[in-house]
Amino acid sequence: MITKEEEVVDKEMEEENHEEKKREITIPGEKIVSGRDYLPGEGTRREGEDIIANKFGLADISGRLVKVIPLSGIYMPRGGNVVVGIVTDTTFNGWLVDIKSPYSAFLPSSDFSRYMKGDLTEYYDIGDMIACKVFSVKHRGVDLTIKSRGLGKLEKGIIIYINSNKVPRVIGREGSMIKLIKDETNCEIVVGQNGVVWISGNKVEDELKAKEAIMFVVNKSFIEGLTEKVKEWFDKNKGGEK
Amino acid sequence: MSYTKRVDGRKFDETREMEAKIGIIKNADGSAMFRFGDTIAIAAVYGPKPMHPQHLQNPRKGVLRCNYDMLSFSVPERKRPGPNRRGQEIGKVSEWALSSIVDLDAYPNTVVDVHIMVLQANASTRCAGINAAVLALASAGVSMKELVSSVSIGKIDDKIVVDLIKDEEDYEDGEGATDIPMAFTKSGKICLLQLDGKIRPEELKEAIKIGKKACKEIYELQKKVLKSVGDK
Amino acid sequence: MEIPNLTKERIKNYLAEDKRFDGRKLLEYREIEIETNVSKNAEGSCKVKLGDTEVIAGVKIDLAEPYTDKEEEGTMATIVELLPLSSPDFESGPPSIGAVEIARIVDRGIRESGFIDFKKLCIKKEEKVYSVMIDIYSLNNAGNLIDAACLASVIALKTARMPKYDSKKEKIEYGEWTNKGMPLSEQIPLTITFYKVGKKIIVDPVKEEEDSSDARISVALTNNGKEILINALQKGKEETFSEEEIEKIMGSAVEKFKELENKVGKLIKKD
Repeated sequence: MITKEEEVVDKEMEEENHEEKKREITIPGEKIVSGRDYLPGEGTRREGEDIIANKFGLADISGRLVKVIPLSGIYMPRGGNVVVGIVTDTTFNGWLVDIKSPYSAFLPSSDFSRYMKGDLTEYYDIGDMIACKVFSVKHRGVDLTIKSRGLGKLEKGIIIYINSNKVPRVIGREGSMIKLIKDETNCEIVVGQNGVVWISGNKVEDELKAKEAIMFVVNKSFIEGLTEKVKEWFDKNKGGEK
Repeated sequence: MSYTKRVDGRKFDETREMEAKIGIIKNADGSAMFRFGDTIAIAAVYGPKPMHPQHLQNPRKGVLRCNYDMLSFSVPERKRPGPNRRGQEIGKVSEWALSSIVDLDAYPNTVVDVHIMVLQANASTRCAGINAAVLALASAGVSMKELVSSVSIGKIDDKIVVDLIKDEEDYEDGEGATDIPMAFTKSGKICLLQLDGKIRPEELKEAIKIGKKACKEIYELQKKVLKSVGDK
Repeated sequence: MEIPNLTKERIKNYLAEDKRFDGRKLLEYREIEIETNVSKNAEGSCKVKLGDTEVIAGVKIDLAEPYTDKEEEGTMATIVELLPLSSPDFESGPPSIGAVEIARIVDRGIRESGFIDFKKLCIKKEEKVYSVMIDIYSLNNAGNLIDAACLASVIALKTARMPKYDSKKEKIEYGEWTNKGMPLSEQIPLTITFYKVGKKIIVDPVKEEEDSSDARISVALTNNGKEILINALQKGKEETFSEEEIEKIMGSAVEKFKELENKVGKLIKKD
């Protein structure tokens, strides 16, 4: 089902490279900029002349668009995001999936195959982890799809949970950070935009090292030149293994 | 004898030493601690998350639930564990205070749970709780218009004082003690106001003015704590 | 979030190679941090961090009538609250069986060890004794609340001070303390819980390991100066232990006890 070689990278998130820009922390109610030209983007609102923050995070001004990039807090699903979720229940026509977001998510069985025989749990059972894409976000909840390469049931590996806001750092610009970690540890890794990460390696040590490396990035996400630091970290930790 | 000097030597408009921290409970989506002198409160936020059971869901806006409790040993005479009426009431007024600034419209069908726990009590516990809860909500990335800051103002005999301690709450001489916990949004709106004691309308007006000023100080601390995330 | 099937399996794979989810050895505890006198209105209090698991315990002393069959002894009661703020799995409401069980495990470990000299808590035979109330709260659940709760309560007792007692009014003056500690024995009792995951036995699991475990057994021990004794046992969960496993566990328990006794002793001195 899953082709292990595919890089499941969300194109949209690549635009949010955090490494170069110097962003200021803003808090709810604080004025970010003043001026009629600016547009209030995500996490902001307009009050008269001012653009005010609605969330705690980094104020990002790109041209005329002003938004707040949250530093912490629960994952808010967006169409096109690749997420990793756990099956919590089945209905007559699909699976209920917990993607650690404020909204319940649903994967319709029609997505899987046109004709489904027997009990849905034979395909995806309760407690199974699946990599899927957010198809749409509606008031009632989130619709998921697995109709894309690299999606489907995840097996034989460990799951770790990270702050979903740090996912862009873990993936890196054009996937450079996650590629570095994959290469150095020989592991397959799927990083869900919702902060749920699947790591699968042939050796326990490899999986644990990948986990450590990811936590390193998450904890040091503020510093510049992070990719270099991670390379150094791998070099330092290579010895003493055998 | 008029109340000319505060029991702990503070100026009338002086708060106790304050301290705040965020990220103290790893499992929570947002958490914080707030301290006024010997009064320490922590708050943890879980959510927004799907509201269960479904019949409690509001399709137009999210639900904010706030519960307040105290450790049994946080007070000199042990408080029996479990909810009590005082805690329920404080939970409710805190919930109303926080609802005035949280963008619940942004989260239909969800619930945001705020848990406040007092670790050590020397009066002003609900105020410390609200200050912690606001930090926890902000650090949970919850969409909110602005912050809220809370302080207790008192009239001890004929003096208006800021940030009561237990000894002041129990003051019996002269006109006794009037306890006025209050909370202001950053933009100056009153979102929590309670009172018990004896006070004249002009004195209350004065108390509110003084409270608003004190809350500005508290806001500065809350802002500082949030802004220093990532400083290591 | 429920534990994923693949995590359960993976943890068992790791353990088959004697490796753990966070790289520790099978019988290795996470880093222990303690902080005493964290809640000043309590007679004694202690916050324990076991890795990311955090609990706080407090001791309050009150007056009571002794039990009719123990007329010259003080009384003790233990309550555990699994706070919703400490985990998305805990709900508000009356104590769950989980909380009740932990409280009773903590209680037996302390009571049976003779740690507290209850006779010295007697004020007036048949009429008035001190009652010791131990309350333990979870602040962050990252696995192994049982051992954290036992440790926090014992240290809270050890560092507690007796409140001032007004013998004329026959009342405790809360907020004022004597310099006397509680009547305790020198050595502290400790509880070590062993968890069976698949075929392997581990201690101090992280939450994922705890959720993957099929059985556990809590062993409460004390050192009476001459030998190490087992004071209480509690087997939990649905799976079984073989006789050999139990024998091995008891041997490991004594070893771990010596280690922990040493470590905790140092931590108390440092604080």
